[in-house]
Amino acid sequence: MTETTLDLIMLSLIGCGILVVLTLVGEFLRARQPADTVNPVLETYMLRVQSWWGMVILLSLALIIGRLGVVLLFAFASFAALREFLTLTDKVKADHWALALAFFVVLPLQYLFVGMGWEGILTVFIPVYAFLLLPIVSALRGDAKRFLIRVAETQWALMITVFCVSHVPALITLQIPGYGDRAVLLIAFLVIVVQCGDLLEYFFGRQIGRTKVAPGLSPKTLEGMICGVGCAMLIGALLAWLTPFGILPAMAMAGVASLVGMGGNIVFAAIKRDRGVKDWSHLIPGQGGFVDQLDSVVFAAPVFYHLARFFWT
Amino acid sequence: MNRLLTSFAAEIAGQAIRLFARFITAVRADWQGIEPVPRQRVYFANHTSNGDMPMIWSVLPPALRRQTRPVAAADYWLTSKLRTFAGRDIFKAVLIDRRPEVNDNPMEKIIAAIDEGSSLIIFPEGKRNMGDDLLLPFKAGIYNIGKARPDVDLVPTWVANLNTIMPKGEVIPLPLICTVTFGAPLHVDADENKDAFLARASASLAALAPKVAT
Repeated sequence: MTETTLDLIMLSLIGCGILVVLTLVGEFLRARQPADTVNPVLETYMLRVQSWWGMVILLSLALIIGRLGVVLLFAFASFAALREFLTLTDKVKADHWALALAFFVVLPLQYLFVGMGWEGILTVFIPVYAFLLLPIVSALRGDAKRFLIRVAETQWALMITVFCVSHVPALITLQIPGYGDRAVLLIAFLVIVVQCGDLLEYFFGRQIGRTKVAPGLSPKTLEGMICGVGCAMLIGALLAWLTPFGILPAMAMAGVASLVGMGGNIVFAAIKRDRGVKDWSHLIPGQGGFVDQLDSVVFAAPVFYHLARFFWT
Repeated sequence: MNRLLTSFAAEIAGQAIRLFARFITAVRADWQGIEPVPRQRVYFANHTSNGDMPMIWSVLPPALRRQTRPVAAADYWLTSKLRTFAGRDIFKAVLIDRRPEVNDNPMEKIIAAIDEGSSLIIFPEGKRNMGDDLLLPFKAGIYNIGKARPDVDLVPTWVANLNTIMPKGEVIPLPLICTVTFGAPLHVDADENKDAFLARASASLAALAPKVAT
């Protein structure tokens, strides 16, 4: 067993340990509730912890399996997210072929490129080839009604749910000198700092939040976000040994990823508000959809990928 | 022996259809007006695609699905061996011949199925809706059922998104999320005439359609 695998197993066990504690705390608070009352904050917390169990177990398995596991896991997540996204966008019959291509050609090819580690094509395939090809396919059907809106919404869906999501597994393909096979740990680092930042932002926002950053759109507060990003940076420092960055740069990377992720969460809240839905779908019981779960990691991933590639490869 | 094999094959094929529906459309039931309990019901639904009926059939819990039979066109379902197998053995459809030269007496068949204890799935628009209107005018069948068997719940059932998942003439289905919404049950009032009831039924079904933000 390699050192990387041992590190991953240790991280998984730490994750499970934290979740055991969080679950016990929640169950303890629940037991202290008077009978027949439901505390919505506590229930939201418990649902989050539950979905975390699923995420930790699936992600751990995928990371331990390695490149194939990670690529397949995120390809499936992309598929589910794209399905949620396109369910809500503007489309007409003339877009049928373009959308079918997005699902059955663009998405698998993007993950094939990630799996093969072809950096040159995975970063441009969707923004160049898909974005130019799909509107041609739509236009050939001759329906110009709301054409620009239809094309723009389909492209934004692909950008977010395939291009951005695929940058999480793409981290494994980064060739960082002296880092060897440990690039898989960057995925763990990114997911942990972003998700912990989110959770602590939610916690501090509830406790001390006053100033809403996007009133009427998102419950996020300035105070909560500052604390969340601060905590993400601290966690980044604690986990710096996973990365090739060194302590201070690891803190900076964690802070940037967490902040961008929170921004992504607000953007998704705006899209949901625009479409008049509360959640993206109901695929994860009580939790909404895949996009609800992925939103902050989705936004953080390409930024994290390109910063790491620019400064360390 | 042959019958046993056929019914076994139908069971497997039904499972495959449900898995396929789940994978492609993540199809989900939204029980707004009723609970998924085994009461005798006539689910009446909008009709935009040949996939409507399998979708409703797929989201029903097993106990309800076993006692639910779609009412379908014999001139569609009996045209090939495969369709006959699907219509007769998988969905156990009440098959009705729509051809004008055949006097099939559809109401008799439908009432007979109800009297056997089956729930039904019907499409009161009578044909697939290809236009921009939310619903086509309803045929009288649903009123006649409600009048003849007033105890049976008439449940409005909205199938969302199937017209974009599988538009007429396309071969590849798009994997978009399909939701089947069940509304509050209707009954024909004692002094209600046909047109008034059909208007009320149509309105109750249209009210289940998702509001699209524009």
